[in-house]
Amino acid sequence: MTATETRPTTPAPDPGRRAGELNALEALRFAWRQLTSMRTALVLLLLLALAAVPGSLIPQERVDSLKAGQWKEAHETLTPIYEKLGLFNVYGSPWFAAIYILLVVSLVGCIVPRTLVYARGMRAQPPRAPRHLTRLPAHTAYVSSEAPDVVLARARAVLGRRHRLRADAGDGTVSAERGYLREVGNLLFHLAVLVVLLGFALGSLFGYKGGVILVTGTPWSNTLTQYDDFVPGSLFSPTRLNPFSFTVDDFDIQWLQSGPRAGQARGFNAKLEYAEGAGADQGPEKDYDLRVNHPLSIGDTDLFLIGHGYAPVITVRDGAGNKVYSKPTVFLPQGPDFFSFGVVKAQDAQPAGIGLEGFLYPTYANVDGNPVNLNGDDLNPVISMKVYTGDLNMDTAQSVYVLDKSKADTVPGQPGLDTLRIDLSPGQTVELPNGLGSVSFDGIESWQRIQISQTPGKWIALAGVILALLGLMGSLFIRSRRLWVRVTPTDHGSLVEVAGLDRSGGADTDDVVSKLVARLQPSPDDRPEDT
Amino acid sequence: MTDLQWADLSNQAIAAAGVVYFLALIAYFAEWSSLRQVDRAREAARSSSYAGAGSVAVATGPERPAVDEPRTDRVAMFGRLALLLLGIANAVHFVGLVSRGMSADPNRVPWSNMYEFTISGTFVVALIFLLVQRRWGLSWLGPIVVGFVLTLLMVSVIWLYDSTGPLPEALNSPWLVIHVVSAVLATGAFTIGGMTSAVYLLKRRRAGKPETGIWARVPSLDRLDLVSYRIHSFAFPIWTFAVLITGPIWAHQAWSSYWSWDPKEVWAFITWVVYAAYLHARTTAGWKGRNAAILALVGTATLWFNFIGINYFSTTSQHSYAGAVPAISTVAPAATTIGG
Repeated sequence: MTATETRPTTPAPDPGRRAGELNALEALRFAWRQLTSMRTALVLLLLLALAAVPGSLIPQERVDSLKAGQWKEAHETLTPIYEKLGLFNVYGSPWFAAIYILLVVSLVGCIVPRTLVYARGMRAQPPRAPRHLTRLPAHTAYVSSEAPDVVLARARAVLGRRHRLRADAGDGTVSAERGYLREVGNLLFHLAVLVVLLGFALGSLFGYKGGVILVTGTPWSNTLTQYDDFVPGSLFSPTRLNPFSFTVDDFDIQWLQSGPRAGQARGFNAKLEYAEGAGADQGPEKDYDLRVNHPLSIGDTDLFLIGHGYAPVITVRDGAGNKVYSKPTVFLPQGPDFFSFGVVKAQDAQPAGIGLEGFLYPTYANVDGNPVNLNGDDLNPVISMKVYTGDLNMDTAQSVYVLDKSKADTVPGQPGLDTLRIDLSPGQTVELPNGLGSVSFDGIESWQRIQISQTPGKWIALAGVILALLGLMGSLFIRSRRLWVRVTPTDHGSLVEVAGLDRSGGADTDDVVSKLVARLQPSPDDRPEDT
Repeated sequence: MTDLQWADLSNQAIAAAGVVYFLALIAYFAEWSSLRQVDRAREAARSSSYAGAGSVAVATGPERPAVDEPRTDRVAMFGRLALLLLGIANAVHFVGLVSRGMSADPNRVPWSNMYEFTISGTFVVALIFLLVQRRWGLSWLGPIVVGFVLTLLMVSVIWLYDSTGPLPEALNSPWLVIHVVSAVLATGAFTIGGMTSAVYLLKRRRAGKPETGIWARVPSLDRLDLVSYRIHSFAFPIWTFAVLITGPIWAHQAWSSYWSWDPKEVWAFITWVVYAAYLHARTTAGWKGRNAAILALVGTATLWFNFIGINYFSTTSQHSYAGAVPAISTVAPAATTIGG
């Protein structure tokens, strides 16, 4: 802020103190005045806008933890600095909070006194006409041949319809004011902002957001241990989980078979069977079509379908012929054609652990010797996996979607490749060399990613924004102004002075004054016009 | 008509609209140069009245005998022509939008990727200008509006073009219509408000210089400030509705969270805050006028950065409409850690 503002905050200087010295109370009052001034609010608003920027450019842990992790790996020197500054969690960082808390304090400090002023001013009469109407920014005067009383009566009639008139204006003047609700709108808007913040805070403190990837047909019930990932608010308690269970019975995908987006999914539908309650209290089974833009609400909990993919059923037998791994394995799509990546970890295999890592081609084709994927639909699924053996480092915490190869051995395979690659169609089995065992691709299933969350306070937040919008419209579109008419008798009739003062900052007051003058003219049949 | 024919029609209509916008721009420039000639003729008339048969004027103007009247007629004629061409271009532009929607199977609103958003946004800018130019006395803004629309239209055709296709699942919702219509409408109005604010600042810098040519038609500083404020106060509630009401409602339905600090959301919020600051600044001593106009320009910059730029700077936005990656199918689950 470069502009200086002098305020008469300090009374006459105390002889015992030097000029400019403030005692604690005065300093506090000075700080409060500074904080609640419009100028500070403005600077804080701009700071808030500025502070929000880094969060949109640096991956945020709360928004996309995967991207944030990748970014951290790629930027070794910046990461510790950014972490200290909280740049991976901007919107939860203390400095971001500091700005909006100061803004809220400034807002409250501004709104409360204004509400009191408004409450007093609500029933107040329009002020008396200033002595010199010509000093107002919008004013005019004309001479009328009519008697002063006639002009005044007409002015009262014209202005009285949409303005409040001063009762005791007397002595040849009319004072009128309109737009009292403008300030109500303004106050409503600012109070509603607080309501929105309240709703938002409730959601982030008491709510949670969790997700689970389920292979079609797997039953699921709403307890903490069943979630793949779970992000609770800081005041969330697990007792708030609604008891319910569901199973995705069937999953339909419509594929685009023509046009420029051929091979991509157009729509998908998870047919859900769910029941509220748990154990003895379990309610009747119900069906629901869970789709994008079509979530299911059970109690306070919302269920969303936010992703899907393929889970090839892979069986691994070890050297002794024992089944050491056999289940649908979730492969993560790498793009809209559902070319997907996945891993298999069979650490318990004998004589050595077996790890697989590779890709799924939903519609495999061999074009000029290169494997390509033609379609997202599983028309000709092929898995192409690299084989590793030995220690898969399963003692350390790790993602189920990543194979830790740091201690694993490679398996001699095709020329040009560092390790053996096996390509399998459904129903095929490949024997691994060195008596390691065998791998079978038994079939393909689909998985869905279901997001499950509670957002308390969402209706409060919504009500808040709607109130804010109404208040905003009131404060922007209700015209608030004062108008005065003074009539002085002259020899041949009257001198009429008209002046206006715009209090809303967006009005063309000259125009208003000239329209008022037009309406003050006698109409042909000498009746006051009311338009 | 087949979808392919509709798609061709759309592309041709957008190209034709671009050409007609260009003609409108030329007509505006012709109007502008005629205005300068009027000024020169006035100057010449003034000097010739002092110096008898003015040799200077003869040297500059080939149509010396022509006095003010035909020249001002010409100004008005070019002005009307430009407006007419702008109207035609906008109508053709509309045909381009409708046929773009018709080219998809099933037919849909033309708002599913950056190309379509940009051709819709520019259409609305030109349309709003056509609707309010008489009422708010903005006809002098014509060349700027047309220049802006033409530039963005070229950008969208050259860099943002994307072939037509059905709506991605995530966009397939009635909220698409409500959310995008309000966002695009506010964007169009804010853009015009940004232009009047820019002209306000330029005019302020010129303070004292003679008001010739196009400047003679630009209203007074107070009036410019007032018009800018009215445009912004029209757009701000619509932006609030788009960004803070319909956006969160839809986000809650489609993405499971009504506000998730997605980069597009963040920038929409930043834009909202900047315009809120503009509205406050206009009533704050020391911020009125110049600083408020600068804030309005900052607002326009954040608005268009959000509209186009953020898609290229941020990789995490769920608003990335790039045809290649529909947000829904590739949601990578948070790395799940299972020990042992």
